[in-house]
Amino acid sequence: METQKVKVNINGVDYMVEAGLNILEACKSVGVEIPFFCYHPSLKVAGSCRMCLIQMGTPARDRATGEPVLDENGVQKIAWMPKPVIACGTNVSEGMHIITDNEMVKDCRRGVLEFLLLNHPLDCPICDKAGECKLQEYTHVYGQEQSRYVEDKNVKRKKRPLGSKIMVDAERCIQCSRCIRFCKEYIGRSIMGFTKRGSKVEIGFYDDADNESNYLLNIVDGCPVGALTEKEFRFKMRTWFLKTSESICGESSAGVNTRVWSREGKIYRITPRQNALVNDMFMSDTGRYTFKKYEQNRLEQAKIDSTPCETEYAILRACDIANIGDIAIVANAWQTVEEMYLLKDLSKTCNIEVFMASHVAEDDNKLVSADRTPNMRGALTTGLVDEYPTATVEKLVQKVRNGEVKTIICFGEDLLEIGFDAKDLKNVNIVYCGTVENETSKQAKICIPLKTEFEKDGMWINRQFRLQRFVKAVDAPSGAVSDICLISEVLKKIGNQNFTTPSVNDIRVLMSQKIPMFAGCEKIGSMGMLLDGSNFANIDFPEEDAINFKKCK
Amino acid sequence: MAIENRIIYKHIDVEGWNASLEKYMSDGGYEVLAETVKRDRAELCAEMEKSKLKGRGGAGFPTGMKWKFLDRKSGKPIYLVCNADESEPGTCKDRLIIYQDPHTLIEGIMCAAYAVNAAQAFIYIRGEYINGYRILINAIEEAKAKGFVGKNVCGSDYSCEITVCRGAGCYVCGEETGLISSLAGERAYPRIKPPYFPAVMGLYDCPTVVNNVETLCWVPKVFKLGGDAVSKIGTPLDPGTHIWGVSGQVQKPGRYEIETGSCTLGELLYDLCGGPLAGRRFKAVIPGGSSMKILKWDEKFIIKNPDGSEIERRVEDIPLDAVSFQQCGTAIGSCGIIVMDNTVDMPEALANLSAFYAHESCGQCTPCREGTMWMSRLTKRIASGGGRIEDVDLLKSVADNICGRTICALGEGAAWPVQSNVAKFREEYLQKISSQIAQGGEARVDNNAYRLI
Repeated sequence: METQKVKVNINGVDYMVEAGLNILEACKSVGVEIPFFCYHPSLKVAGSCRMCLIQMGTPARDRATGEPVLDENGVQKIAWMPKPVIACGTNVSEGMHIITDNEMVKDCRRGVLEFLLLNHPLDCPICDKAGECKLQEYTHVYGQEQSRYVEDKNVKRKKRPLGSKIMVDAERCIQCSRCIRFCKEYIGRSIMGFTKRGSKVEIGFYDDADNESNYLLNIVDGCPVGALTEKEFRFKMRTWFLKTSESICGESSAGVNTRVWSREGKIYRITPRQNALVNDMFMSDTGRYTFKKYEQNRLEQAKIDSTPCETEYAILRACDIANIGDIAIVANAWQTVEEMYLLKDLSKTCNIEVFMASHVAEDDNKLVSADRTPNMRGALTTGLVDEYPTATVEKLVQKVRNGEVKTIICFGEDLLEIGFDAKDLKNVNIVYCGTVENETSKQAKICIPLKTEFEKDGMWINRQFRLQRFVKAVDAPSGAVSDICLISEVLKKIGNQNFTTPSVNDIRVLMSQKIPMFAGCEKIGSMGMLLDGSNFANIDFPEEDAINFKKCK
Repeated sequence: MAIENRIIYKHIDVEGWNASLEKYMSDGGYEVLAETVKRDRAELCAEMEKSKLKGRGGAGFPTGMKWKFLDRKSGKPIYLVCNADESEPGTCKDRLIIYQDPHTLIEGIMCAAYAVNAAQAFIYIRGEYINGYRILINAIEEAKAKGFVGKNVCGSDYSCEITVCRGAGCYVCGEETGLISSLAGERAYPRIKPPYFPAVMGLYDCPTVVNNVETLCWVPKVFKLGGDAVSKIGTPLDPGTHIWGVSGQVQKPGRYEIETGSCTLGELLYDLCGGPLAGRRFKAVIPGGSSMKILKWDEKFIIKNPDGSEIERRVEDIPLDAVSFQQCGTAIGSCGIIVMDNTVDMPEALANLSAFYAHESCGQCTPCREGTMWMSRLTKRIASGGGRIEDVDLLKSVADNICGRTICALGEGAAWPVQSNVAKFREEYLQKISSQIAQGGEARVDNNAYRLI
């Protein structure tokens, strides 16, 4: 669908911008920045911070006849608004003139910033928001050097816990009301609100109310200042020391776009990354802590019969066992599309059957979907499995009990949780390849440590059949290998001796050529690529309708 | 010689008059309503437009135009709201109507409700008018019993209820969108326009018309006399009468209903109000509720006539109509005149006003929220002897930073008094500050400056 365009003049230059956009977004789309605090693209317009004031005029029309008014040179006259207007609350129209950089607009910004700083504690040195604080940034760009305010500052409540995850400092608050609007519009409950009046207005909430929500931490991201800080991240690290990597949340098949913040191999936090087609600008709180599961029980070293050894040696021994035959593979849906493609290759070359288990839980109709794995559609599209796996791997259990399978190469799953009982595990050789220790790894003959999603590049396919890529954020422990490396080694040893270990990109190029629906997948950008999932329309996926997602019937 | 022409205030302070329906009926009450419900709505709205009557709440927007803007095609119900949240300092005109002559208002509301085809009418009354609230409730019950309000008004097929709602004591509830928010049960935050033009997205996001008490009282008069006849009362650009509430230092403060343009400010203050208190001189006048720009009694204005000639006009020669005050750089607002004589210390008076605005700012948008507080602390400090010479310019600069940059008109309302005060009485400010410094009073920061508000 072609979007309608209108011609607007911004600072003397004509641009074609999308019709229906507000001035702020329209200017942004052509690279003209307008500062703002209270505006949020996913929330209703409040128009209260007055930071985005600009000068605006529309083509003058004669009041009686409606004819355009021209000046003496025959040029359309512009009827300038007598007062500055807010860019966030005004939509562009044909022929509109916008000025964002004249003295009057600059004066407005300077004035607003001065007002905002009157009662602001200016405690940037001890504020966690410093470095990513809008108030700080704009003050540097648009503010004035010195305050003219000599009166006392207002005193408000500080260090007040909101729920279990957030600390509220009412003095730093600039009353943008983003958190209030987020709770009301997105969570659906008015958790927060204003009390008092005038400059004593204070952000507040009921201490004895239910202030918990799995989406509450989004208000911390939304807060333009340090009024709301995340307890988990508070005082842990200055933001400017952190490196960010674009990633995808592995919590569920929603495929939330994220940003991983790390320093020297340690992840400090995960925040949502804007993708209007997937998660807007939000993510679940549980999704933010997915990195924590790797901080404990991490499988860091290869083991044979519980004795630590070199990873290469463990892989060699695993291949030896595999060569005996009667193998089955238990894959998981946290593996990337590339890994699944390679795994499929392995299973085809060596005629090994692949089994998968599904992990289904309650759908919250927002950004945590029923399928708690990020890439089940990857397994389907690469052909690793033919149908949507049920919760357990019953067939494999039967085969083990019948003695048809003697060795299981298990990727990450805990076999005891997906249908096996302790007795079954005694009758098979288990090669456990995974990131964390579990009951299966404890009983495995061979354990091979793998890299987590934060330690490798890859792609996942979310519930919309959107192919999205994530990149490595931190280094893996020295013993860990990538799935691709492991699978390639096994392929080499038990199947095709000429096989060379491909890079992630090699596999993407290969997939792009071999599988029509993946055409162009090596070039996908940060917004991902929507695949045609019509071949899988007959599958009854467990996900329910949610934001940006409609269950296909 | 100034004379009153009581049209709206016909029954006010009349001996033997009371708020009962009986009394009202005895003076032709509800006859206009009975006629109105038989007439065509478009015709009624046209009459209103023809009358050129301006809203009496303070902004002076033509009432007929306001009705015309109503979105009648949305399919949503239309609401009529009577703004009785009279909170502007110096304004006390609506109170008398509500207390002494509630049926005039109720008839006005019903006439207007019929004309705009409102599904429901509301009276949003100032919380402090608790007796007014009781009087209105009582009067509505009386009118309902006679069929003037409620189902099948005056036997027609039009039905409309009136709900009275009390405010909780907040100045911004007088601003129409703030009032709408408050009426809908939200925090009394004025709304941004666009998109929240009351005529399109008002109460409960439905088309809404908000009219002042006095404006609504005019509606039956317009329907009875016809728009043309009403437009001939007073001056052509601002027809009708204005009820001037004079307060402050005059002999006889009170409310005076005067045909627009029929007399001057001087005549009102000297003839009707009896002039200044014994032995004093007028110093300044705030013409229309505290938010309007102050007039210095001895200032002069050069007025341009339509034919290009210029005349000099003294403050006391300003005719009492909206246009003349506009020509002098101020506005009549809600016609609440506050008179100050030579005993008034301007910095103190301004500190008083600024404290009011700081207290009443709703706190939604930045310039007003922080600016009113800053102006209040500044003026308080100057008034109490801690001023610095640079504070005078600072004060003006703060006011300039508020003016025109806020969501609602309270920003201007708070900034105009400061701007005009500092501009017109600058010498007095500087004198006060320097004399205090000369007396050894050290310019200091008053820690308690804000404690009073």
